[in-house]
Amino acid sequence: MDFFNESHVRAAKELLYKMADDQLIIGHRNSEWTGLGPILEEDIAFSSMAQDKIGQSEHLYALLHELGESDPDTVAFTRNAHQFHCCQLVEYPIGEYDFSLMRHFFFDMAELIRFDMLRNSSYEGLANIAKKYKGEIKYHSMHANTWVQQLGKGNEESNGRLQLQLDTYWNHALGIFEPGPHENILIDAGIFEGEAALQKNWLEAVIPLLEKADLQVPDTSKWSPVYGGRTGIHTAYLQPLLDEMTEVYSIDPSADW
Amino acid sequence: MENMHKSLDPRITRANLDLEEQIDPLNELDQFQTYEVFHQKKRGQQHVHVGIVHAPNADMALLYAKEQYARRGVTSNLWVVPSSCVTATEYFDEDIFATTAEKIYRDPATYKVMDRIQAFKERQAQKS
Repeated sequence: MDFFNESHVRAAKELLYKMADDQLIIGHRNSEWTGLGPILEEDIAFSSMAQDKIGQSEHLYALLHELGESDPDTVAFTRNAHQFHCCQLVEYPIGEYDFSLMRHFFFDMAELIRFDMLRNSSYEGLANIAKKYKGEIKYHSMHANTWVQQLGKGNEESNGRLQLQLDTYWNHALGIFEPGPHENILIDAGIFEGEAALQKNWLEAVIPLLEKADLQVPDTSKWSPVYGGRTGIHTAYLQPLLDEMTEVYSIDPSADW
Repeated sequence: MENMHKSLDPRITRANLDLEEQIDPLNELDQFQTYEVFHQKKRGQQHVHVGIVHAPNADMALLYAKEQYARRGVTSNLWVVPSSCVTATEYFDEDIFATTAEKIYRDPATYKVMDRIQAFKERQAQKS
């Protein structure tokens, strides 16, 4: 896109950073299931999707590089937790599979809708990414929803465990849609329709699916989005994740892989 | 604490495994049923059997078939069929497939027709 002015570049960078950081962190988190998944087939599928996420983040970091930020490896591997813009939902340890699945459902439904909205972005580089990964993300959300339907309608234990995760992390899921400082610029320039529109679309998609799976969405009076991640306020879980993720890179940052 | 497993893999270390602890073996047959997976490269082509996946039902089997057998290369469509739906011959009866040496006339490779095809092509070429 030919940006009209500096404010558009700033707004686009903010959007790219949060998207890329979300994908990198959830990709790393979900990769922690590799070798430990419930059955071989699921282990392979979950690991493969985790790799997809990291690949998507690399592409977004490459766009940031075009806009003047450092190269993708430097951006991904040399920042501290407070410099990350991921939402807090993606930072939490993988826990048990019920949590990882519920997070996978919350996050990938949001990503499916975000990328669908970005297909018409005036920022061509971003629109191209949205089109390129459409199939990947469609599979990720299909995988998440199939599991949620299975366990939601499974038995008392499987439904109860999902319901508990839903109740515990619903407000963290709403934190995905923390508005940024440049929402109106993004909307006016046709770059992105904004977090509020995304949240509305997400709720319209997610609530019927959860109800279909015999799961209850918390009463709106209890909704209280967990914000902070987008501005660098994170849980204590993020820095140890970064330390582990960058351990090899840090040994020799100049190494050519 | 000396028994705590120190691994190069931080996930293993985090798991705090006690090596002295007895690990209970899985119950036998604690497995999902299997589905046979058929892979189609392009629309119109045959679906080709590529292997199996374990899954509790057909929806999940399709999810897994996609990652196990369609992650690389070109795919247009997948089928999954419960393995229990397959009716098979007995290996005991494998001898029914044996063909005797004097039945080679059934093998198209033994037809000597290239000279006749050649002659046909020449005639067609002369006509046009």
